[in-house]
Amino acid sequence: MIETIEEAVVGYHPASAPDYIPAQHMKDLQLARLKAVVLRAWDRVALFRNRMEERGLAPDDIRRLDDIARLPFTVKTDLRDTYPFGLFASPMSEVVRLHVSSGTTGKPIVVAYNREDLEVWTAAMVRSFAACGLTHGDILQNAYGYGLFTGGLGAHYGGEAMGATVIPISGGNTDRQIMILRDFKVTAICCTPSYFIHLIDRAAELGVNLKELPLRVGVFGAEPWTDSMRRHIEAAAGIQAFDIYGLSEIIGPGVAIECPFHSGLHVFEDYFYPEIVDPDTGEQLPDGAEGELVLTTLSKLAMPMIRYRTRDITAIVPGTCACGRTLRRMRRIGRRSDDMFIIRGINVFPSQVEAALLAVEGTLPHYHIILTREKGLDQMEVQVEVTPEVFSDKVGAMEDLSKKLALTLDRTLGVRVAVRLVRPHTIPRSEGKAKRVTDNRNLDQ
Amino acid sequence: MRIHQLSLFLENQPGQLIEPCSILSRAGIDIRTLTLADTQQFGILRLIVSDWQAGAKVLREAGYVTNITEVVAVEVPDRPGGLTELLTLLEGSGVNIEYMYAFTFGRLDKAVLIFRFDDMDRAIELLKRAEINVLDAVEVYTRIEK
Repeated sequence: MIETIEEAVVGYHPASAPDYIPAQHMKDLQLARLKAVVLRAWDRVALFRNRMEERGLAPDDIRRLDDIARLPFTVKTDLRDTYPFGLFASPMSEVVRLHVSSGTTGKPIVVAYNREDLEVWTAAMVRSFAACGLTHGDILQNAYGYGLFTGGLGAHYGGEAMGATVIPISGGNTDRQIMILRDFKVTAICCTPSYFIHLIDRAAELGVNLKELPLRVGVFGAEPWTDSMRRHIEAAAGIQAFDIYGLSEIIGPGVAIECPFHSGLHVFEDYFYPEIVDPDTGEQLPDGAEGELVLTTLSKLAMPMIRYRTRDITAIVPGTCACGRTLRRMRRIGRRSDDMFIIRGINVFPSQVEAALLAVEGTLPHYHIILTREKGLDQMEVQVEVTPEVFSDKVGAMEDLSKKLALTLDRTLGVRVAVRLVRPHTIPRSEGKAKRVTDNRNLDQ
Repeated sequence: MRIHQLSLFLENQPGQLIEPCSILSRAGIDIRTLTLADTQQFGILRLIVSDWQAGAKVLREAGYVTNITEVVAVEVPDRPGGLTELLTLLEGSGVNIEYMYAFTFGRLDKAVLIFRFDDMDRAIELLKRAEINVLDAVEVYTRIEK
């Protein structure tokens, strides 16, 4: 029964107004913004202008929303190739924040924000939290990592702007997380889903029953997770769990969010224009068809992304949502189209593992990456074949090698890695492109 | 003075030991003694065999990473305190024993131990000066034949 005004307006936060724009108005808004962002990128980003010119395109060729399909794609390697600031459309005097995420060859990618970009990001996060039913009355424990990773600060400023009480605890130190969760009467938490499952397990070990705490909402993202994981989380912690989607290249978390109907993620398409394309041909696909998500930042100033290939495989969910939002929905992300994998919210590429092995051993041994999920936490094991060059009859020397490999991988990737030395020729060879990763994470557990 | 030891990398899993042993047996190579140093993850099998060159060849062909290490075979009196005397001699000399293990054969009142020292030359010199019998390869393999 609704007793207060606050309860009555849950889900109707003023910042959420654009969630309900009639479809045709949304299209008009998108077209106006698309023209502006294309003009800005053409005017200020050499790479984009060159690609436009190669196609004989000028900004005023974009007359209708459909014309977006004529624009060139932007891919992750573009960010790497122009490292660090080559895709910026604003002078540094206007850039107020940089974030960094891992890239394909160990070289990071850098993303920039103007003050206006941060306002957009914060607004998207407020709308995200509002869709999850959060209000200014909530106490939000933000267990996303703070720092170069976009998760921490993105959720932080969104939570504050909404008026919630934000606890900037960052990731790790699970026992303290549980203590604060209990003592501060926390009502909402955001972190990676695998970390929250770890937290559930640890709370049980400590004799803390999460179901008896005021905690009621979890906003989980930065790695793929499934509906059965959601059921496990919701039953074990007595909360409602929401999937949030985002990526640094576009803005960070807050690109798309689930509503209480959990029937796909609403894309904040007034800021981030979604398309689904065939990952091989790049052809646009109709609603409902599975393909690669391509996003265009309609209002970003410091670093506009035009038709960015996310490598995430999804589909636009046809029809309208029972929540009343007119924002189109995308299906939850189940897989990615390239060999990158995400572990504990961190992007890892096999090439980074290779670079680390090479640094220690001098030559590249045959290796294999195995991902598992234990007690809800993602684990990464790298099996490394022992070569005659590194083999010693002394146990200590072999243990040192194993430790050194683990330490170097740890430093290169920013994730703890278990190294397992194995006999030569025990890792299966495949013809052509080697299969470097075996993902045994059963997302259903 | 030095004899050749084969060492190979094994994973710490059931059934890992039988394969190298059967490879050697099929090649007609006799294992005279062996020791297995193991950790939770992996093991290092060290072997003294009747023909180390042939042994290394067949093991490598079978895909084993096989090292050849020089070790010393030392004759020790087979009585209480026999080993202590030897270790006392080395203590304070700065020579470090990296590992040691025993031969399966002895001679009446003598046991034979295999040592790997960090400073092989100095260790052999110390042992000889103390008139401890360091077996040479011919002697070891002659005994093996008996």
